[in-house]
Amino acid sequence: MDFSLSDEQRMLDETVTRLVADRCTPEQRRRLIQERGTAPSALWNTFAELGLLAMPFGEDAGGLGGDGIDLMLIMQALGRGLVPEAYLDGLVIPGTLLARLADDTLRDRWLTSLLEGEHQLALAWHEAASRYDIDTPATRAERSDDGWRLQGRKQVVLNAPGAAALLVTAGLADDSLGLFIVPADAEGLQRRDYTTLDDQRASDIDIDVTLPAPALLASGEALLAALGEALALGRAALCAEAVGAMEVACEQTLEYLKERQQFGAPLSRQQVLQHRMVDMRLHLEQARSMAILAAASLTLPEEQRDYRVAAAKAYVGEAAQFVAEQAIQLHGGMGMTEECYVAHYAKRLIMLDHALGDRDYHLETVMARLDSAA
Amino acid sequence: MNLQFTPEENAFREEVRAFLADKLPADIQRKVRLGQQLSAEEHLRWQNRLSERGWLAPGWPVEHGGTGWSPVEKHIFEEECAAAHAPTVVPFGVNMVAPVIIRFGSEEQKRHYLPRILGNEDWWCQGYSEPGAGSDLAGLKTRAERDGDHYVVNGQKTWTTLGQHANMMFCLVRTDPKAKKQAGISFLLIDMNTPGISVRPIITLDGAHEVNEVFLDNVRVPVANRVGEEGEGWTCAKFLLTHERTGIAGLGHAKQALRHLKHVARRQTHHGRPLIESPSFREQLARAELELMALEVTNLRVLAAARDGGAPGAESSLLKIRGSELRQRLSDLTRRALGPQALPFFADFLAGDDDSLADDQSFAAAATAQYFNRRKLSIYGGANEIQKNIVAKTILGM
Ligand SMILES: Cc1cc2nc3c(=O)[nH]c(=O)nc-3n(C[C@H](O)[C@H](O)[C@H](O)COP(=O)(O)OP(=O)(O)OC[C@H]3O[C@@H](n4cnc5c(N)ncnc54)[C@H](O)[C@@H]3O)c2cc1C
Repeated sequence: MDFSLSDEQRMLDETVTRLVADRCTPEQRRRLIQERGTAPSALWNTFAELGLLAMPFGEDAGGLGGDGIDLMLIMQALGRGLVPEAYLDGLVIPGTLLARLADDTLRDRWLTSLLEGEHQLALAWHEAASRYDIDTPATRAERSDDGWRLQGRKQVVLNAPGAAALLVTAGLADDSLGLFIVPADAEGLQRRDYTTLDDQRASDIDIDVTLPAPALLASGEALLAALGEALALGRAALCAEAVGAMEVACEQTLEYLKERQQFGAPLSRQQVLQHRMVDMRLHLEQARSMAILAAASLTLPEEQRDYRVAAAKAYVGEAAQFVAEQAIQLHGGMGMTEECYVAHYAKRLIMLDHALGDRDYHLETVMARLDSAA
Repeated sequence: MNLQFTPEENAFREEVRAFLADKLPADIQRKVRLGQQLSAEEHLRWQNRLSERGWLAPGWPVEHGGTGWSPVEKHIFEEECAAAHAPTVVPFGVNMVAPVIIRFGSEEQKRHYLPRILGNEDWWCQGYSEPGAGSDLAGLKTRAERDGDHYVVNGQKTWTTLGQHANMMFCLVRTDPKAKKQAGISFLLIDMNTPGISVRPIITLDGAHEVNEVFLDNVRVPVANRVGEEGEGWTCAKFLLTHERTGIAGLGHAKQALRHLKHVARRQTHHGRPLIESPSFREQLARAELELMALEVTNLRVLAAARDGGAPGAESSLLKIRGSELRQRLSDLTRRALGPQALPFFADFLAGDDDSLADDQSFAAAATAQYFNRRKLSIYGGANEIQKNIVAKTILGM
């Protein structure tokens, strides 16, 4: 048993942490959000230069071969800085799928440039009735003469406004699942773009497109296995991001309680608030443990991996909510304002539970597998 | 002991329903249902309908224009209004300053202000909190110095709800800086159009403009606008905080929120079935339902005690704590019930400026913003920690 980081990992942690502190202050963050377009930001370019975009991919895919812990360190730092870049939704998740599923032509076209930071992608899978299930889309793919016709409606496609292409899930004629790559400028894509309450970009998309035959990346069991891997990675990453954001929410709340005077003394003297602060810290530490567990379980056999990742995601979702709500509460009226930075951490902590399955969803997985789990 | 409503009370409920069906404007009802912010005009349009019917001020004594309703009837009225998606009456005039004026005001103040409140001629806001005086309200610093027939007021108020629409503010000011904390405070009625007042918006984390900062720079307020004696403002303030807390549990709102939550849970699918059939989600719904049932009876018990002469004191703290917790939990469950559809944030739609959303977008649009907005319920009107301090001290004697 060894919880220590390797020298390389410590360096990675320091590099990202410093980068985020330098380049994503509240002011800079506001500007990053305002200036977002389809072209990568200067910050994204720096990510590329530092190898952060290649880190989570295997060497065979042109990556640096980082593991779950490396990704955890990156995501934690991004969470601490509330970095408004779609590292997970625009890079890690679609990139993992491409690395696993794309043939050489598609890799050359979409993956290499993804890792070099030239463009981003997005995975389009939410639908009106899908909730958090990825494998039963109502979107259909039909064979046409020399390719495919894809029809359906996707919702809340995170990072779609910043993506050069979408990976779209659709049911095939035999009811198995297919995954298609669709260039963002394909005729027959109708996007309505918006932001989420925690400043991510997303779209609802009406789809009626015809695609060449090779647009089908994979289907059936092979696809489900790759999706399982990508989603496990994404969920573990979200746990780590939450831990980073919880750290800062706890720090800022503690600072505030020490500064804020009421009844002639700092609020930090009130025992009720001391205990509450301790509870926040306990939630943080327990969540940190679960995030580590998830990150370290990504290479386990599928069943064990998914059980632990579900457990971590369920646990962290609940802990994140506690920290978010108490951070607001202990800031009083200040915590309710857009101007107060901790409110943005609270928003991110709440909304990240809505990504890749919330705590109820993952708790159900744990409940269902409780007896067979070791 | 009998927990049934009487035939008269049931008939009253029917009368309220008929009124709402007849008089609540459909456009306003739709906005409230979808969680869109109302304009001042929309608030007033609805409050004028209530006025015309004589139902704007159920909490007032009949001789001033109250309805003479029993606490149970008020409870029924609130419940039906929430169920019908009627806007909440802006409380600062009718439910806050008016009872203070009725109890402590001069005859002249009553004659002048009460009819204007009943006629929705004045829009009041509450100037209590300051940057340095929140939970410790008595620590307020806004100064009022006597100059002949006027006070000259300097200082800053904050968190002033809907102050952007207000033309009047009731305000706690320090008239005697040497007296002990609470003793040096007076209660002033300030015309917001007086020179020296400026109002700046505070945007809340849900993107809304609901609260404001109010700056007072050499604002001259006639001494005749003081309610009660100089230095007795704290008595008025405390009276206001404990008076007429029928609505404090927000029971009508909680009931409506639970109904809405069930509707969402029926509509959303989970593994191809309605979410409401999911055992784990259903259990959380059921627990919220139990809490609501308990709260309703507790609320009625407090109302009955009030009817029989007991002034609701620390019990209102209990109702506030549990009521706010329940409403927060319901907004939490509603957000979670929506799954990924809770993520989009349509700010223009919520502000009431955009109607281009598809049905499945508008239906879900307000839930997340509301979840964050409802965090205020445990912060304002005496934060829940402060309420618990009160209960510990006054009920438990700790
Ligand atoms: C949306 C909104 C609308 C509002 N509208 C109005 C309005 O119209 N007019 C108006 O005058 N005010 C208004 N308020 C202000 C509100 O009354 C104050 O926010 C409230 O009194 C808390 O004060 P504070 O924000 O300064 O928090 P603080 O007093 O700084 O408290 C911060 C935290 O510390 C806790 N705390 C403080 N003291 C203690 C203690 N002794 N023991 C244990 N815990 C403690 C609090 O419970 C809270 O969790 C509004 C507030 C909000 C959020």
